[in-house]
Amino acid sequence: MSNLNQMSGKYVIAGIGQTAFGKLPGRSTISLNIEACKNALIDAGIEKNQVDALLVKTPTSAREFMYGQKLAAAMGMRPKIGGSWDQGGAANIALISSAMNAIEAGQCEIALVCYADNPKTGNRDHFSRPRGDDAVFGWFSTAAGYAMIQQRHMIEFGTKAEDFGIIAKAARRHGAANPNAQLRKAIDIDSYLQSPMQIEPLRRDDCCLVSDGGAAIVIMSAAKAHNLGIHHAIPILGLGQGQTSCDLTNRPSLTSTEAVVSAKTAFAMAGLETKDIDVVQIYDCFTIAVMMTLEDYGFCPKGQFGSWAANGYLEIGGGLPFNTSGGLLSETGMPGLQLILEGVKQMRGTAPLQVPQANKCLISNQGGTMHTHGTLILGN
Amino acid sequence: MSEFPQPNITETNKPFWDGLKNGELLFQECTNGHRWLPASDFCPDCLSTFFQFKKASGKAKLISWVIYNTAHHPAFEKIVPYNVAIVELDEGPKMITNIVCTKEELIPGMKLTLTIKETSGVFLPKFLPQ
Repeated sequence: MSNLNQMSGKYVIAGIGQTAFGKLPGRSTISLNIEACKNALIDAGIEKNQVDALLVKTPTSAREFMYGQKLAAAMGMRPKIGGSWDQGGAANIALISSAMNAIEAGQCEIALVCYADNPKTGNRDHFSRPRGDDAVFGWFSTAAGYAMIQQRHMIEFGTKAEDFGIIAKAARRHGAANPNAQLRKAIDIDSYLQSPMQIEPLRRDDCCLVSDGGAAIVIMSAAKAHNLGIHHAIPILGLGQGQTSCDLTNRPSLTSTEAVVSAKTAFAMAGLETKDIDVVQIYDCFTIAVMMTLEDYGFCPKGQFGSWAANGYLEIGGGLPFNTSGGLLSETGMPGLQLILEGVKQMRGTAPLQVPQANKCLISNQGGTMHTHGTLILGN
Repeated sequence: MSEFPQPNITETNKPFWDGLKNGELLFQECTNGHRWLPASDFCPDCLSTFFQFKKASGKAKLISWVIYNTAHHPAFEKIVPYNVAIVELDEGPKMITNIVCTKEELIPGMKLTLTIKETSGVFLPKFLPQ
C-alpha cells in the first residue's frame, strides 16, 4: 500500500490571500506576489519568519531567470526550499503537492505557494505567439489550440455551440454575484451565440479574461495548524496530476487528456467518487476545457454535455455548482490559483455565493493547450 | 508586405524542408516501424536514432480545423479569413497545414491531396480537397 491514502487530510490550506483582480497599472509581478503572500500570512495568523518554503508559479507573460529567488529576496526571506516552477496553469497544484511532500519528508514545515502576473497592463504577446515553425501556416496564439480541440469535439460528438454557452452563462452568472470579479455582466445563451467569433469555432464569450493580479496560499500539516490555533484551515483530501505533454498533432485523441489520470489519483487518495463532490472549480480558460475536464473526470458522459448540464445543473442551486466566483471567464483570467482560493472559501462557508452545506470541493488546474493537469479535492 | 515567418531550419529538420523544395513531403520512420512528424533526432516512441526520411504519398484526411478572422501576424492580414488544419497522412503522422479551399468546403474526414506552395521563399506543404 502506498502512502497515497495516508496523506489524505494530513495537510491543510491554512491561509489564503489575493490582490485586486483586473487592471492594475504599474504593478510588477513581484509587488503583486508580495501583496498576495502578505494577505495569506495575515489570514493564517502567522509571520513570514515562520515560513520556510516559498514555491512560486512562474509568471506566464513575464518570465525571469531565478524568479523564485527574486521574490524571496524582495520579501526578505531565506527559505530552505524555494524556486519557481513552470507547468502553465497546472503548476499551482503541482506546487501544493511539492509542499506537502517536502513537509512530510521533514524538509520544511510551512510553505507559501503563490502566483502573480500582469498581462492586462503589461505585455500579452505570449498569448498570441507563433506556435513554433507552424507559424508558416498562420498557426498563432493560445486560443487557436483550444479552437482546434473544440472543433474536433463538435465533429466527434455533434457538440453544439449552445452547449458551450451553458458553461459561459453559468460562469458569468456567478461572476456577476462576486463583488471582486473583473467582469460582472450575466449573459444568456442567445447573447452568448451572438458574441463575436474569434478564432472559429471560438466565440468571444468562450474565452477567459486577461487580468493583472496575484494569489497565495499557506500549506502546513493539520497538526501544525492545530498547534498554532488556526481554526479555518481546510484539509487537502486528494490531489493528482497528469501530463498529456505532446502537442496537438501527436495526441492519440484531441478530445480526452491525462485529466483522466489526474482525477483518478486524486479520487483514490481522497477515497471519494464524483457523487461525493458538492461544488467544483474547473479551470475555464476556454469553455471547451471545462467540458472536457468534467467528461474526463467522470462527472459527465463523454459527448453528452448538453443534456447533462441542461437546466442550470452547473449554476448555483443546481446539481453541481461550478466556478462559484466566476472563474477565469468572469472573476479573473489569472491561471488557476484563484479557483483554489474559492474552493477554500466554499469549504469555510464564507464564499459570496456559498453553496449550502457544501463539504467537498473539487478543483482542476491545467496548462498549455491541455498539456498539463492537476486535480485537488478539499474538505471541511 | 511584412516579412513572412521563417521556419527555424536545423540539422534535424533540414531534410524535411529540403524535401519540400524538391517537391516531396517527408516523414521519419525508425527501424522499429514507428513514424513521426515533426522532425526529431529520436523516435518519440522507442527513442531510436536509427531512422530514415521517407516520402509521403501525399494522401491525407482532415482531422480538425480553425478559421482565423483576424491576423496575428502582418504577413497574414491579406488572406483572412484563412484556415489552419490538422491532417493525418495515409502513412500515419499528423501535421498542421492549410487546406486550399473556402471554409464552406471543409468537411470532417474529407480526403486530401498534397500541394506544395511557395510563399516568400518558403515551400509549404498544403492540401487540396481530393
